[in-house]
Amino acid sequence: MKRALIENGFIIDPANNIEDYFNILIENGIIVELFKNKGRVTLEGDLEIIDAKDRIVIPGMVDLHAHLREPGFEYKETIATGTMSAAAGGFTSVACMANTNPVNDSASVSDFIIKKAVQEGYINVYPVGAATKNLEGKLLAPFGELKRAGVVAVSDDGSPIMDSNLMRRALEYAKTFDLLLISHCEDLRLSLSGVMNEGYVSTTLGLRGIPNEAEDIMVARDLLLSRLTGGRLHIAHVSTEGAVNLIREAKSRGLNVTAEVAPHHFSLTHEDVADFNTNAKVKPPLRGKRDVEAIKEGLADGTIDAIATDHAPHASHEKDVEFEDASFGLVGFETALPLSLGLYYSGALTLAQVIKKLTFSPASILNIDKGTLSPGKDADITIVDVNKKNIIDVNRFFSKGKNTPFDGMALKGKAVLTLVRGRRVFSES
Amino acid sequence: MEHTLRQILGINDLRKDDIELILQTAESMKEISQRDIKKVPTLRGKTIVNLFYEPSTRTRTSFELAGKRLNADVINISAASSSIVKGESLIDTGKTLQALNPDIIVIRHQKSGAPHLLAKNVTASVVNAGDGIHEHPTQALLDLFSIREKLERLEGLKVCIVGDISHSRVARSDILCFKKMGMDVSVAGPATLIPTDIEKMGVRVFYDLEKAIENIDVIVCLRIQNERMGSGFFPSVKEYSEFYGINSGRLKKANKRLVVMHPGPINRGIEISPEVADGPFSIILDQVTNGLAVRMAILYILAGK
Repeated sequence: MKRALIENGFIIDPANNIEDYFNILIENGIIVELFKNKGRVTLEGDLEIIDAKDRIVIPGMVDLHAHLREPGFEYKETIATGTMSAAAGGFTSVACMANTNPVNDSASVSDFIIKKAVQEGYINVYPVGAATKNLEGKLLAPFGELKRAGVVAVSDDGSPIMDSNLMRRALEYAKTFDLLLISHCEDLRLSLSGVMNEGYVSTTLGLRGIPNEAEDIMVARDLLLSRLTGGRLHIAHVSTEGAVNLIREAKSRGLNVTAEVAPHHFSLTHEDVADFNTNAKVKPPLRGKRDVEAIKEGLADGTIDAIATDHAPHASHEKDVEFEDASFGLVGFETALPLSLGLYYSGALTLAQVIKKLTFSPASILNIDKGTLSPGKDADITIVDVNKKNIIDVNRFFSKGKNTPFDGMALKGKAVLTLVRGRRVFSES
Repeated sequence: MEHTLRQILGINDLRKDDIELILQTAESMKEISQRDIKKVPTLRGKTIVNLFYEPSTRTRTSFELAGKRLNADVINISAASSSIVKGESLIDTGKTLQALNPDIIVIRHQKSGAPHLLAKNVTASVVNAGDGIHEHPTQALLDLFSIREKLERLEGLKVCIVGDISHSRVARSDILCFKKMGMDVSVAGPATLIPTDIEKMGVRVFYDLEKAIENIDVIVCLRIQNERMGSGFFPSVKEYSEFYGINSGRLKKANKRLVVMHPGPINRGIEISPEVADGPFSIILDQVTNGLAVRMAILYILAGK
């Protein structure tokens, strides 16, 4: 029997409303119990002691929105490098989007991802299936087959379903299999050839803008279609004040909808695109100050349930080009935790709220048995030094993608040890 | 000659003093072009590359001639006849050119920010000869030179830029440049061609051209590009021309010293009527002449340092 003891740590387990000093006993990769008095554990045998003094101990973080790029785009990222990067960021579970090549719209691709993750991955990988065949927005993907293969949700992330009738059918059909539908809300006719937020910055840089309304309109449509169908809807990467307000209102009227935000959308604004920084080119685009404030309020009042990275690695030749030609997206695994802790340091959220949005909330949205430290659960645990100075350095990233606007930034907080089923997958040297 | 200029990517690279220096230098350069032998040895031994990704007649000719009149070695590269069509990236093209050790690279590119990307990857001075819908700083400087030459002052002049502000790099550079020199700037055009938050650049916005050009000193008339038509920005050339075309009827009440400018090439009868383009207010051809002088001044200042 393999046993480990995490001692002296301050435990934050939002699912169980725990914020206190506890020791955690792990046996064979399962959490046995949380307890105060160490004298009760017999120290003989092969008990591994993990000292978490001056650290917080949290459930392994869950990222419900990432791009691992495999199969098909292994030059950007692989399941191995992506999950190692995630582990280094404190994540123990990640849901990966379907825009691979081939697209994950069949059991065979889902199987491939799941098997590959078991063989080469460092953390738990949950594939998200396509909502429509080949992400084309024309025919529904086989939700039943995908669900049976193990997908936790369906989404055409990045290629939103523009046909409202098809979106209606997707939400209805997803209900059949109790599947979550994750929607990237963007009216493609409004965003058109836009490459950044529409506003003063886009005007002065001479770059085509994407108005907030490109997001707001689709959020409104999808909320209404969710009400019409009863399909379970999750709004991906909220970036606008309007979207926050619409979701808040829908929730107040009892709609069963959830929402996530990516760290860059509460950490940066369109001002950060200045000087044509392609690492700040992302969809939805970095917005204005008002939007950032609205998102923080939405996080605080529960309108926005979860923080998700939208980790989107790209090769240097896809970013070191003219702004219009650069790929959208930035890597997020290794910056998500310190950026989220920024919400705590700025007073926007309590520490427990931040942790909940990185652990229990996303796990609940995906309906996976993760994100808690309850006895009997897998020992997916992250130990965090919240005060550790963390100067972001892309050269030290585990991800193949170095595309981040946060390079060189001095942040605070770092995962120092990540356990998946009791096994060390990352430890800070 | 005290200055810290190394490159001109946009008007904000220039302090007011730098602009003054360029205008003054351009005056002496203009004199050179009026001589019988229109060539001075100032930049002998210097190399200037004109890297043009977009078709251009006047700007390319102007830069080429500017370099030649100063005796620099001038190389012209156009996208269509280079390895760019073979898929070479801008950075690789820049590094390849840099290996030949030029002093100045003049770049025209259809994408906003391309000169900035180039400048980060070469040590030569980079001059932006127009990037996408972002900036065209040398055009703004020649506009400024032409206005001052004609009206003998800048401060306090009322300028209106008319037309497709959204898709105009000239408009952006003109606004920044004119504001910097203390001019009162407004823009006029249909709402579809006025970009978001342009007011924050310190300009007033008019949809009504008559109101916009009341008591105006300078009108900058912008080209209506063919590709904008039929893409929902305005219903027809006829309607545009009716509401925003600069014609003599609209200029009846104009002040006698009004100056009408156009960066060219002009669409006669669309944004500007022939009688205005060729009439007493027009300084369109002076702009071309002055463009050469201003570009000579810029090359001289950058390469002569």
